[in-house]
Amino acid sequence: MKSMKLILMSLTLGSVFLFSGCGNGDGKGTGAIGSSGAAEKVYVAPGELDEYYQFFSGGFSGQVTVHGLPSGRLLKTIPVFATDGEKGYGFNEETKPMLMTTFGFVPWDDAHHPKLSQTNGEHDGNFLFINGNNTPRVARIDLTTFETTEIIQIPNTAGLHGSPYPTQNSEYLVAGTRFSVPIPQEDVSIDTYKENFKGTFTFISGGQEPGKMDIAFQILVPGYDYDLATSGKGPSHGWTFFTSYNVEQENTLKEKYASQYDKDYIAAVNWKKAEEYIAQGKFKEWPAEYYHNFYNDKTHTATATKKSGVKVLIPAECPGLVYYLPTPKSPHGVDVNPTGELIVGSGKLSADLTVHSFAKMLAAIEAESFDQEIDGIPVLNFEAIVAGTVASGGLGPLHTEFDGRGNAYTSFFISSEIVKWSTETFEVLDRIPSYYSIGHLSIPGGGSMKPWENGKYMISMNKITKDRYLPTGPELAHSAQLYDISGDKMELLLDFPTMGEPHYAQGILASKIIDRQVKFFPLEENEHTYKTLNEKDTRVERDGNEVHIYATMIRSHFAPDNIEGVKVGDKVYFHVTNLEQDWDVPHGLAIMGAQNAELLIMPGQTETLLWEPLTPGIFPFYCSDFCSALHQEMQGYVRVSPADSDVKLSWKLGDEGSGN
Amino acid sequence: MKYMPKIIFIIGAAALLGTFLAPIWRITLEAPQYPQGVTMYIWINKLDGAERGTLQNINILNHYVGMKMIEPESIPELKYFPKIIIGMAVMGVLFGFINNKKLWLTWGIALILLGMLGIYDFYLWEYDYGHNLAPDAPIKVPGMAYQPPLFGTKMLLNFNAISYPHYGSIFIGIAMIFSFLAFFLKKKQEAR
Repeated sequence: MKSMKLILMSLTLGSVFLFSGCGNGDGKGTGAIGSSGAAEKVYVAPGELDEYYQFFSGGFSGQVTVHGLPSGRLLKTIPVFATDGEKGYGFNEETKPMLMTTFGFVPWDDAHHPKLSQTNGEHDGNFLFINGNNTPRVARIDLTTFETTEIIQIPNTAGLHGSPYPTQNSEYLVAGTRFSVPIPQEDVSIDTYKENFKGTFTFISGGQEPGKMDIAFQILVPGYDYDLATSGKGPSHGWTFFTSYNVEQENTLKEKYASQYDKDYIAAVNWKKAEEYIAQGKFKEWPAEYYHNFYNDKTHTATATKKSGVKVLIPAECPGLVYYLPTPKSPHGVDVNPTGELIVGSGKLSADLTVHSFAKMLAAIEAESFDQEIDGIPVLNFEAIVAGTVASGGLGPLHTEFDGRGNAYTSFFISSEIVKWSTETFEVLDRIPSYYSIGHLSIPGGGSMKPWENGKYMISMNKITKDRYLPTGPELAHSAQLYDISGDKMELLLDFPTMGEPHYAQGILASKIIDRQVKFFPLEENEHTYKTLNEKDTRVERDGNEVHIYATMIRSHFAPDNIEGVKVGDKVYFHVTNLEQDWDVPHGLAIMGAQNAELLIMPGQTETLLWEPLTPGIFPFYCSDFCSALHQEMQGYVRVSPADSDVKLSWKLGDEGSGN
Repeated sequence: MKYMPKIIFIIGAAALLGTFLAPIWRITLEAPQYPQGVTMYIWINKLDGAERGTLQNINILNHYVGMKMIEPESIPELKYFPKIIIGMAVMGVLFGFINNKKLWLTWGIALILLGMLGIYDFYLWEYDYGHNLAPDAPIKVPGMAYQPPLFGTKMLLNFNAISYPHYGSIFIGIAMIFSFLAFFLKKKQEAR
């Protein structure tokens, strides 16, 4: 009897899921409980590992999250553009320089496009790059440590959306200004937009060389809104494409005024030509100030370096550098297929996709099929370059990625679906809903020349979840959805919530990353200025009102753990070295009343917390990362005396110490 | 083959030097939070682990129950064992050229005796580490000692300790077997 009820219940539930899966009216959608065994496909048994790393931008959290596929499990949050109390990022003395800009210390950003480094057009697993949209910056994450190790500020830019989109060998990362502004900046009336506002494309060198990111050159372009970018591959290697909207050059009520023209432009930039012009000295040296911040894994310390001056190329003086490809309806995403021949422009206010041919583009340039010229930039004839149009039947196309079997997958924000189409016939092959309002989609390797496993999984990143999860007050989870695309029909496998807005994501086969993991930092390679490599060297030193505590931590104690002689008004620097040399044994340092955060110190690493005690008394500190059976005992005391006190500086651990 | 016994004996004696190429003993500690185990290797002249930091990690674990730190530089055996091995190898090669089977037999028996002494010394060393516990250790389990087994496995609180000879021991075995083999071959030759 009981089992009968269960069967009935599961049947009812099953049909509910099936119906919800058919929401878009095609009648063929499959729910999570389908005949194909979706649950089995995403089940990673306890103790087993996922097949893919998938790196999600944390959107307006400013961070990156790392998930495993196909399970969707969250593996790590990597702080990038925003401070993170958990890891002390941006709070400890070592990482504060990472967030320095010409605007000062900027502890937040809007992280948009995580892009993996490439070698020969394939994801090599060396680095992940991501752009900060608000205060223009591009960061490098080292995939041996999963830590942010470099951030470069992009000058002459306002709003950095179309970035970092590396070239085929990561020769350059690129950056297009989302908001045109006066360049160089000046105090003008906003109504002088058409006259004074300009845009830039920036090419950043040093993609494959840690510590060497730099502004190679910038290209000054008309004052449109430059949206997204992609770099060519194979035959189109040497070119980078940027979409634009607001060719109308309006500066108010843009949702209306910037949507008036039938076509905006995709800018095609020949960066190999740019290199020639730079070599010939045909650039202008423009004043510009920007920061380059680099975290060194030997000194465990970041340095912020202010740089000035950029090389700027003006298209009117550099023929053949930039061309405009007319593209209908305010194109948002621009994506090049794995063979490097097709340039897919997604007119976000349109139903159709415009696919340009790179070969036709070159031919049109050769034949000078130009409709007009804007500030020295030839506008190519639309008919001459278009390879085809995908009559999608959807609305609001945004982004396209590819499998390795000649298929493209385009996200449609307005109709909330993914459309699969053939890059040979431009015919629609399949469509499946997303829940809801998909932005980017991601096929692991699908933006490179070699989609992993020819395209097995696809992720959609959705802006709205409404009823998909347990409600959590006014702010609801953003989400990702996992699809199986290995067959003819796309199949929804899994929903999982993500951090912030999961703006974009890229995935890579786990085997490309696993073996390069740093497990701990060898103590003998520690070059931190304030390192302490054994307990015998632990000490406390006073220099005026600065107190430097050279401390160590090892299971399960700090050395020293009793400190006296600190006074109100002192700046107390805890320089703490984790002496552990084992994987997965970080220790934390938390001090009562510290106005910044904890330290979370990896084995072999040294970090520094600045503490400025305001009142006399006894202040406990403790290890915040559960490290051992005697973790609770891993603690100590600092005695803080009044400013005019004559308590001498002293320290101890057990019987060892200053002897004062 | 007239020189066969001599050659075998010399090879066997020289093989002793192989103990410098591989550890002679291996102790592994297994526990749930150490899925790969913590493995210490005992060489004739040094101690090390499967990974950098292994010794430190073992010391960290051991200090909770009050065991002494394992500090290779304060273990005298690691200084004089290599000398004994080199001495035996040199002496063996010399004996080989002297070509006297009684010397060979004596050498072989001496090696066995030394080996037994070595194992007894190792046992004492383990006993000392396992029993000589600091009275103020954080974790005190009445009646518990932490002596790892000489040969085999044994549960020590949450750890399963596994102790077996390692590749380096094969060279000592070869030296022993070859010395006796050479002795008997030579005896047989001379009997003809």
